This record gives sequence, structure tokens and C-alpha cells, in this order.
Amino acid sequence: MKIQRNKYINSYVAGFFLGLLIIAAYYFAGEGLGSSGGYRDVAIGVINTVAPEYAHQNAFVAPHVNSDEGPMHTWLVYELLGVIFGALISAAIFGRLKWTIGKAPHITNKKRLYLALIGGVLWGIGTQLGRGCTSGLVLSGMAVNSLSGYIGLIAIFGFGFLFAFIFRKLWINTKN
Amino acid sequence: MGPLYPQELLNPEYNLLIGFLIGIGFGFLLEAAGFTNTRKLAGVFYGYDATVIKVFFTAAMTALIGLFILHNMGIIDVTLTFYPKTFWIPTLIGGAIMGLGFIIGGFCPGTSLSAAASGKIDAWVFISGVFIGILGFIFTYDFIWEGLRKAGKMGKIDIAQWIGIKEGLFIFLLTIITVISFIVFQKWQDSWTKKMDKSDLDDLGL
Repeated sequence: MKIQRNKYINSYVAGFFLGLLIIAAYYFAGEGLGSSGGYRDVAIGVINTVAPEYAHQNAFVAPHVNSDEGPMHTWLVYELLGVIFGALISAAIFGRLKWTIGKAPHITNKKRLYLALIGGVLWGIGTQLGRGCTSGLVLSGMAVNSLSGYIGLIAIFGFGFLFAFIFRKLWINTKN
Repeated sequence: MGPLYPQELLNPEYNLLIGFLIGIGFGFLLEAAGFTNTRKLAGVFYGYDATVIKVFFTAAMTALIGLFILHNMGIIDVTLTFYPKTFWIPTLIGGAIMGLGFIIGGFCPGTSLSAAASGKIDAWVFISGVFIGILGFIFTYDFIWEGLRKAGKMGKIDIAQWIGIKEGLFIFLLTIITVISFIVFQKWQDSWTKKMDKSDLDDLGL
């Protein structure tokens, strides 16, 4: 039996270059690599366009809509546009550019999509309450030794392991 | 001396362009390392795939050690960067919600964006969910979340100083923990590899 071990690039090499990108982000922009902050900026941009008066009243949104350039004109949004292009380039190079649904074989497509939606909603709430996600809060926080990053690490992965056990039937076929 | 943009040593347009270029690298690496494959991401929680642990902690340690050296050489002043303030209560609760979201949804915000770009339909649905969640959070912020989000404020806290040890010692200890975790997760993965079907292994590209 031949196991494909060359499908993805070496994990340590990928991690090393990812680390260099974090250093570059801090060196040039003074920002960490983030994701959920960019999502937030886009959401705020939409609210500011649709309902500008509400945007100035909401205590969460208001601090972001005072600049002249608009709430979507941020470093994180441009970085996320880059993420989309970068992933597209990699998927094209390695021949993985196709419409699929990623799931364990025993889960139906419909179930997977419902779960993806619920999971996304939880992330939307969790990131705004917890002040960042796996990249902006944890990875970039750890890079500068911020206590916040380590609390995020323990919370996301610690509770992740707990919930993984509870919901193990979503990912592993427990009959094996 | 860095960081350049906060000290106005880099004009705003170039700063955004560099952000875009760094993003390209970020997205490329996430896809190339297998982070658009939900089964690989979930694998870290069940032990059948150690990719997340390896990539994530190699990145964290590279950046941590690199920035520590550059800071001490006077090439970058970390205190001038966007240094995350610690609010331990909302981060702990938000982190738990994110942990649940990870298991239910199979992605996190960054990986879902890469996955969507490579054609994963579930990632598009996940991203829609993230926006619904953020909008729901914003609309209910004033009467549900505001107090909780500002609770447990500690300011800009360095974990080594908080524990009460030297930064270099903390990084050294963390490096040892990281290496041990690589070995443990690799062994856990190997124990799964023996009993998994070929189709599963092909799917994971272990």
C-alpha cells in the first residue's frame, strides 16, 4: 500500500515561512496576521453603507466609522484579499482547484453544510467577544508573548479537545 | 527601525500593498500545507493528523524567537506594534465558543477563506455563518455583550513578566514543550495510520 505523503508541503517548512510572514507583518505594518478583524471591518463597512445613522449609534461600530477612508479600507481587509489570491494560486498549482465539500465520509453533504453554517455563526460571535481568532489572537499574540494569545490558545484548543470528544461522531467513524 | 508604518516610515498605500502581498503568502501557505482540508484540521483533536500542531507551533516559535532577537538587536520595537491588550474573561469565553465552532464548523476564519478560494462549498457556507454571527453580535452588542467584552481588563501584559520569569527562559521552556508536543502528536498520528483505510489516508495526504 502506497501512502501519499507528498500531497501537501512539509508542515515544518510551511510553519517556518508562516512565522517569517508574521515577523514581516509586525515589521512593516506593526500588525499581526489576522483574519476575524478583516471580517469585522467588512461587516462594519456594510452596516455603514446600508444604515450610516445606526453605525454611528452602535457602541461597537461607532469607533470604526469615524475615519475619512471608510471602515473597509484597512490593512486586514487587504491582507484577506491577498489570502484569497494566495490560496487560489496554491490550489491551482497543486491541482486542487475544484468544487468539493470537505467532510468525513459518513456525514451527508446536507448535514455538513448545516454544521458549517452553525460553526461559522459561533466563530462570528466568539471572535468579536474574544478579540480575535486563531491567527490574530492566538498566533500573532503568541509571537509577541502577549498573555491574551496564550489565554486564547488554551481556550480554543482546550475547549476544542473537550467538544471534539463530545462531538466525535462528526469526524471519526466510531465503529472502527 | 521597525515597525515602519506606526512610525510613519512607510506611506499608507505601500502599507496596504504589503498587507496584500503578505496575505498572498499567508493564503498560499495555508492551502499548500493542507489547512483547507477540514478533515486535516479536525484531525488534530482526534490525533489522526498532526499537521495543525506542526504548522501552527513552528510558525508561532519562528515568529516568537525571530521577534525576540530583532527586538533585542534594536531592529524592531515590539512595544510600538499593535500589541494585543488582555481582557481575560471575554477571551476565555470567546475562545470556548470558538473551540465549539471549530469542531462543529471544521474551519476557523482564515482557513475558511483559503478553502473557499480553492472551491470548498462548505467553506462558503461557513463564511456566511461568520458574517451572520458578527452581524448578530453587533446588533445585540449594546444590550448583551458590551459589559462582558470589557470585563477582566488587564492591559498590555507580557506572559513571561506575568509569570515572573525572564523572557528568554520562557521562550526556551516553550520551545521544549513544542518539541515534545511534535513527538507526541506524531506518535499519535502514526498509531492511527496503521488502522486507517487507504481512501482516508489518500484524502488526508498524511
